[in-house]
Amino acid sequence: METFAFYLFSILIIGLFTVTVLSRNILYAMTSLAAGMVLISGLFFLLGADFLGVVQLIVYVGAVMALYAFGMMFFDATGVVKENNTPATTVFLLGGLSAVVLVVIFAAPAIGGNVHALYPTPDGATNPQAVGLVLFTKYLIPFEVAAVMLLVAMIAGIILAGKKMDKSLSRMKDESPASEKDVK
Amino acid sequence: MDGYIIATVIKAVLVLSIIAALAGFGTYLERKVLAFMQRRLGPMHVGPYGLLQLAADGIKLFTKEDFIPSGANRLIFMIAPMITAATAFIALAAVPLLPEFTLFGVTVKPIISDLDIGILFVLGMMAAGLYGPLLAGMAQDNKWGLLGAARTAAVFLSYEVVTGLSILAPIMIVGSLSLIDFNNYQAGGMGDWLIWKQPLAFVLFLIAGFAETNRTPFDLIENESEIIAGYATEYSGMRWGMFFIGEYANMITIGFLASLVFLGGFNDWGFLPGGLAILLKVSFFFFFMLWVRASWPHIRPDQLMWLCWKVLMPLAVINVTITGFVMMV
Repeated sequence: METFAFYLFSILIIGLFTVTVLSRNILYAMTSLAAGMVLISGLFFLLGADFLGVVQLIVYVGAVMALYAFGMMFFDATGVVKENNTPATTVFLLGGLSAVVLVVIFAAPAIGGNVHALYPTPDGATNPQAVGLVLFTKYLIPFEVAAVMLLVAMIAGIILAGKKMDKSLSRMKDESPASEKDVK
Repeated sequence: MDGYIIATVIKAVLVLSIIAALAGFGTYLERKVLAFMQRRLGPMHVGPYGLLQLAADGIKLFTKEDFIPSGANRLIFMIAPMITAATAFIALAAVPLLPEFTLFGVTVKPIISDLDIGILFVLGMMAAGLYGPLLAGMAQDNKWGLLGAARTAAVFLSYEVVTGLSILAPIMIVGSLSLIDFNNYQAGGMGDWLIWKQPLAFVLFLIAGFAETNRTPFDLIENESEIIAGYATEYSGMRWGMFFIGEYANMITIGFLASLVFLGGFNDWGFLPGGLAILLKVSFFFFFMLWVRASWPHIRPDQLMWLCWKVLMPLAVINVTITGFVMMV
């Protein structure tokens, strides 16, 4: 049952992300990206990591929604986006890289035999508790650094977007030269 | 194992059919309640007191032509309503609907899947439900639809933070993400209800819930008076009906969440047995949403964003901080 679910999810995820890369319609690309992100949380649920699965779901639902907002601003959603032809060297390099990745993927079971959990879940701890324990003991400093980084990014975002934030956009006077001429 | 699967399937079918029927009945209730509040009679002509209006609407929805505009993206246009309806019911899977009861000697747990992160799952699924209006608006090649989709993204990015932060303080007090633990925490009668400890979180959660279910003060994604019907402009027949069922199912889910987290859930309430108590609370929240719709006007998108980001979110953060200090001391 689990094997079947794993292969179902994997095939769907890879298929959807392929659509994301290959499709020239912005709506298909973003929808398949969102669906793939949601399905990845299915893999977490299969592994028993319910908490991480739900976090994946919530975070990426919001993130891809913001991406949609940009897609709406820059592209015609129902049309086809015209793409440049990619140069041959890029294709060659990316092709080679994918071949290497494929080899690693197929070699993974051989390496995977030696993998064991560095911080196994304590007995009796529920899923969020186990994540919290590791996060606030072993990985406290990376966690705090990430928090500070997000704070910096938030303040930077506010400053970048905050010019003239105290004025109402609809009441702001048109500052283009044409209107000045009209006044005179 | 087989018994478990069969029981789950039966529960899923029951929840799906009952909630879908209730969602349909909810439209009738909404029209009646709104009518009485505005000193009208509401639907009166079909059946006694207009009760069969429901059947008439159902026949109309099922038999209407399924129309897809020529410029639309057909696949996405067809998928979008299903996303709304499906996620609304998937969210209900992790909600304990009634207390445990015994039927023919078998103990029944009226919850389809008892996750230990239930509340996050429900909120995440309801958030994913907003992809329905978003995709519908973008796929239909209609400017009103596109405006609806843009407003969907704005609403989503505004209320989502408030929902998460407002629910965080009760989670800290209870120390669990399971909705059943929330219910058991408040087992000691009315004095134990979390609303007394977290009144601010309750109000914030309810306001965010109105935005989440697209109810009237914040129903700007399909605001008839401004943008025709927003994301649903080009929809007709059963595809439009699916949006409707999804919205009403979400209203019921928010009612259950608010009752479970803040109002003592399905514990016995005085002389009322638990099952009846939670149904009364959910009905009250449903009525409350109609009441607000009759009383308040729409607000503009920028007003909603101002409210969520500049008022509600700071309040929620302060609430979480104070709760943390009180718990530490």
